[in-house]
Amino acid sequence: MSAIAANTGAAVEPTAASTPNPSSRGRRGSGVWRAVRGNGKAMAGAVLLLVFIVMAAVPQLFTSVSDPNKRAFDLSLPPSADHILGTTAFGQDVWAQLVWGTRLSLLVAVVAGALASILSVIIGISAAYLGGIPDAVLSLLTDVFLVIPAFPLIIVIAAYAGGGSLTVLIVVLVITGWSYGARQLRAQALSLRRRDFLESARVRGERSSYIIIFEILPTMTSLIAANFLGAALYAVLTQAGLQFLGLGNPSSVSWGTMLYWAQNNEALQTGQAWWVIAPGLCIALLGAAFALLNYAFDEIGNPALRPVPRARRRRQAQEATR
Amino acid sequence: MRFIARRLGLFLITLWVALTVNFFIPRLMPGNPAEAMMARYRGRVNPEAMKALEVAFGLNTHKSLPVQYVDYLGNTLTGQFGTSFTFFPQPVSTVIAQALPWTLGLVGVTTVIAFLLGTAIGTVAGWRRGGVLDSVLPPVFVITSALPYFWIGLLLILLFTVVLNGFLPSDGGYDPTLTPGFTGEFVVDVLAHAVMPAITILIISIGGWILTMRNNVVTTLAEDYITMARAKGLSNRSIMWQYAARNAVLPNLAGFAMSLGFVVSGSILVEYTFNYPGIGYMLKSAVDNQDYPLMQALFVLITVVVLVAVLLCDFLTAALDPRVRTEG
Repeated sequence: MSAIAANTGAAVEPTAASTPNPSSRGRRGSGVWRAVRGNGKAMAGAVLLLVFIVMAAVPQLFTSVSDPNKRAFDLSLPPSADHILGTTAFGQDVWAQLVWGTRLSLLVAVVAGALASILSVIIGISAAYLGGIPDAVLSLLTDVFLVIPAFPLIIVIAAYAGGGSLTVLIVVLVITGWSYGARQLRAQALSLRRRDFLESARVRGERSSYIIIFEILPTMTSLIAANFLGAALYAVLTQAGLQFLGLGNPSSVSWGTMLYWAQNNEALQTGQAWWVIAPGLCIALLGAAFALLNYAFDEIGNPALRPVPRARRRRQAQEATR
Repeated sequence: MRFIARRLGLFLITLWVALTVNFFIPRLMPGNPAEAMMARYRGRVNPEAMKALEVAFGLNTHKSLPVQYVDYLGNTLTGQFGTSFTFFPQPVSTVIAQALPWTLGLVGVTTVIAFLLGTAIGTVAGWRRGGVLDSVLPPVFVITSALPYFWIGLLLILLFTVVLNGFLPSDGGYDPTLTPGFTGEFVVDVLAHAVMPAITILIISIGGWILTMRNNVVTTLAEDYITMARAKGLSNRSIMWQYAARNAVLPNLAGFAMSLGFVVSGSILVEYTFNYPGIGYMLKSAVDNQDYPLMQALFVLITVVVLVAVLLCDFLTAALDPRVRTEG
């Protein structure tokens, strides 16, 4: 749903993002970083994401358990000093599973998100740049994928594939996750098409591939970043949903799988609430990290949506009550 | 009217793509899942049903792939989905007809409430730019719309069923000890069972409406017709609802089509969480029992319903917004 919120931003954005003056283009990267630091939502999202990245990279820092799936402890222990979130009905440490589960959940989100945004960049920008019949065909393809309900399709594919291996999971997430970004990128690339700097590149006799990669893409970094975040968010939630339904690999360690086993053992009814609360909270926090960053990128691209500074806010509030 | 023709074309093409994908998935999967399913059910269902399945999945047949494809399209368009295994010997269409009202009621009513409520809150938030609502709501709803549906459902169960000791029922669509019918007791029971699934969907889906509406209203604030209305001395309230909101709601309506996919996905998870006897719960049990005919019919049905809703939305947008009618 947050992808929808990004929609209106993109419609307004071209004017803000597509006025590249020569001096600012060289340090665009640092500009994005400065904008992230100056935006509270972006900062919160970035910190959350960083914590999860550290957890995924070095889980040993957070837990002494090295095999989280091993049934090493007493069954269904309540939270205690030894097991801060208790143990599962199989005698696994919930905290250890949570920490080790970060890796798979984050990996799928980042890989599927990245591949989906690459696909949307390729399709969206070629459609806009090529125009004519190729544009019509690619736009039609985008629209078709946009309205086919993705989750039931994913369930059907996963069911026939006999439960999802990691590859199947990532492939279905990419196939169903690219269309939204492609549509946004096409819209923005279209609005760029007649700009002077592109005309001049064409007059200079540059090849299409050069123009697309070195002239068009750099002006769209913030939209592409927002698309990646949207696709990653989609991957986090869809992956968790599939695993929760038991269509992931049930022996893997991930948050969705934890919830699947918790639900199968009626963890709520047997008083093991943490087994349910903890992995869901992690999915929610990772989702929130991507969503906050995404929304912040929208604000950065579209100044009209930014929070109003306090002095102006007071004045406007007075006006509104008048 | 070119707009209508184009959207109608998209509708037909999308439908065709979905049906084609549905036809090829079981045939292209490695390890022939359909054959494995047939082997498992052999002897448990009657030979006629078996024969029908062989036709449906292209096994032991001398027909070529194109002929099978045409047969399949014909069967699907006339609503012949074969026999369900899980609910043998009922045909798939009967089984689905029992589940459909539950989902339509739950998702339909909840979506309309979310749309109305979200649009109203979003209008007020965007209008009072920089007010309390405007500074608190966006970050909150950015986060709620990124929450996993089933987790919210589980938390509600924890709160209302476990902690509050069965305050609200969390299992199924109605109490099986009651006889279904239009008695007061039964209706109240059905509503009580629908409260938690509905709240779950509402919590997650309302954020999108609020944020989009707020952003649209913020954009309309700078328009000349707002200044004009102020100059005419209209009251703030009537400018907000009759000038700003009316113009800002149009893109929201187009977003409706997009959001429906999300809500449908979410409702599958919600129905599974609450064992709610709708389409999503049935899809899940069809997957568990490897009841492929039922599964494929459900996919077709969900797709058709979503596509029809999108098409209706397009028509409504065209009726309300002259700019859409005239463009391209």
